[in-house]
Amino acid sequence: MAARIKQKRIAELISEGRRLDGRKMTDYREVNVEMGVVERAEGSARVRLGKTEVMVGVKVQLGEPFPDVPEQGVLTVNAELVPLASPTFEPGPPNEDAIELARVVDRGIRESKAIDLEKLCVVPGKKVFIVFVDVYVLNHDGNLIDASAMAAFAALLNTKMRKYELKDGEVTIKPGYTPLPVMNHPIAVTLAKINDRLVADPALEEEPVMDARLTITTGKDGKICAVQKGGDGYFTREQILEATKMAKEIAEELRKRVVKE
Amino acid sequence: MSRKKSKKSVDKDGLRADGRKPDGLRPVKLEVGVLGNADGSAYIEQGKNKILAAVYGPHELHPKHLAQPDRALLRCRYHMAPFSVDERKHPAPSRREIELSKVARWALEPSVFLEYYPRASIDVFTEVLQADGGTRCASITTASLALADAGIPMRDLVVACAAGKVDGQLVLDLSDVEDKKGEADVPVALMPNFNAITLLQMDGQLTSTEFGKALDLALDGCRQLYTLQKEALKSKYIAVKEEVEE
Repeated sequence: MAARIKQKRIAELISEGRRLDGRKMTDYREVNVEMGVVERAEGSARVRLGKTEVMVGVKVQLGEPFPDVPEQGVLTVNAELVPLASPTFEPGPPNEDAIELARVVDRGIRESKAIDLEKLCVVPGKKVFIVFVDVYVLNHDGNLIDASAMAAFAALLNTKMRKYELKDGEVTIKPGYTPLPVMNHPIAVTLAKINDRLVADPALEEEPVMDARLTITTGKDGKICAVQKGGDGYFTREQILEATKMAKEIAEELRKRVVKE
Repeated sequence: MSRKKSKKSVDKDGLRADGRKPDGLRPVKLEVGVLGNADGSAYIEQGKNKILAAVYGPHELHPKHLAQPDRALLRCRYHMAPFSVDERKHPAPSRREIELSKVARWALEPSVFLEYYPRASIDVFTEVLQADGGTRCASITTASLALADAGIPMRDLVVACAAGKVDGQLVLDLSDVEDKKGEADVPVALMPNFNAITLLQMDGQLTSTEFGKALDLALDGCRQLYTLQKEALKSKYIAVKEEVEE
């Protein structure tokens, strides 16, 4: 956690429209996306956002669908704040921070319909593909949500599924792969409110100073598909509308870093 | 079961399945001071939702290492009873409940003068006895009343309401059925006297314009509910006064 004097300095600078690391209010840190970093996984990616580092592995396995949607595949997202990533992370089952992180990433993928779950159905009501998205935070330097969401999306773009054959309701796996049916390109952008002003992509030293944060996930058509307010402060209506505009613009730029045309 | 095209959620007269207008709230009943042991409590019925909230504290915090030197710790628990939904819910807190407990705490925290009670804890428990869509919002509305009932100094009440999109139409206060078939859901919590939005979530798909409209619709719902919240708080004291005067 940043020292009090540093926190005070961060807040002062922001009221002048400046930031401690020299960025402008809407500047994002340097983004680096690598795909296919774990061969054993059906899909994987590593995202570096400044010094924040997140790896996502995707496993695709056959399993049973949920009874209320028998003709759809299943998406599950889990996040691990592994202790090697930060002195503040403890071993053990996911705490509320890890659960929130996973659920915000999940919401972005699910609500944007990034994966065509209907194409993952093998035998309706009996056998479907389950897509396990596992978020692994490797180094915590702030804004884990955006880095995790981007790594998850990049890993899905990179995911392949085993080919299969269906004979008398029996599924046999065949050699070869098909790509995971990806329909939308969700990008999460987090804005922090510090001293009543909005800044993009809060770094670790800025996070204790922020009153609240707002994560807005947009799809490739610019539609908003998930929102999450965090932190014990508040936003005004005008700040929220400004944030949605900022998030959309930043997302358009970030999307190009993951989806190479 | 054949999948026939289901009835439109908003008919040609602009009315919803339960007879509400798009910007109409469900019938709401609020009661304050409903539990004997709690320092503060409240109960809400909103549509078929039935939710109880209780507040204990400010009191000594256990475990002590969680204590904050400069303020009280606000702890929130959002929990659904196993019988509150169609299919029995396992009583252990789900990931959804853990996330909602967290966002409920963030929604309530800005309203409480936590700095008045360093090292103490204020515990807020909400139990959903019957769920009918919009339980996180109704829980926050009720929890804020319970905090007020406990006599905890507050800047404002917090009131929450959701808006969303069903069959292409923006509607207020989605019921369970509307939420399940709807295209988007935007839960919002507000401190009305500060115009401070303390909870905002969204899932589904909305354009920026629709999102702005849904936000305004939800804020309007919050202001309607705020009137009912104040009435509920006052009516408890009127009841006490009458009792004393008898």
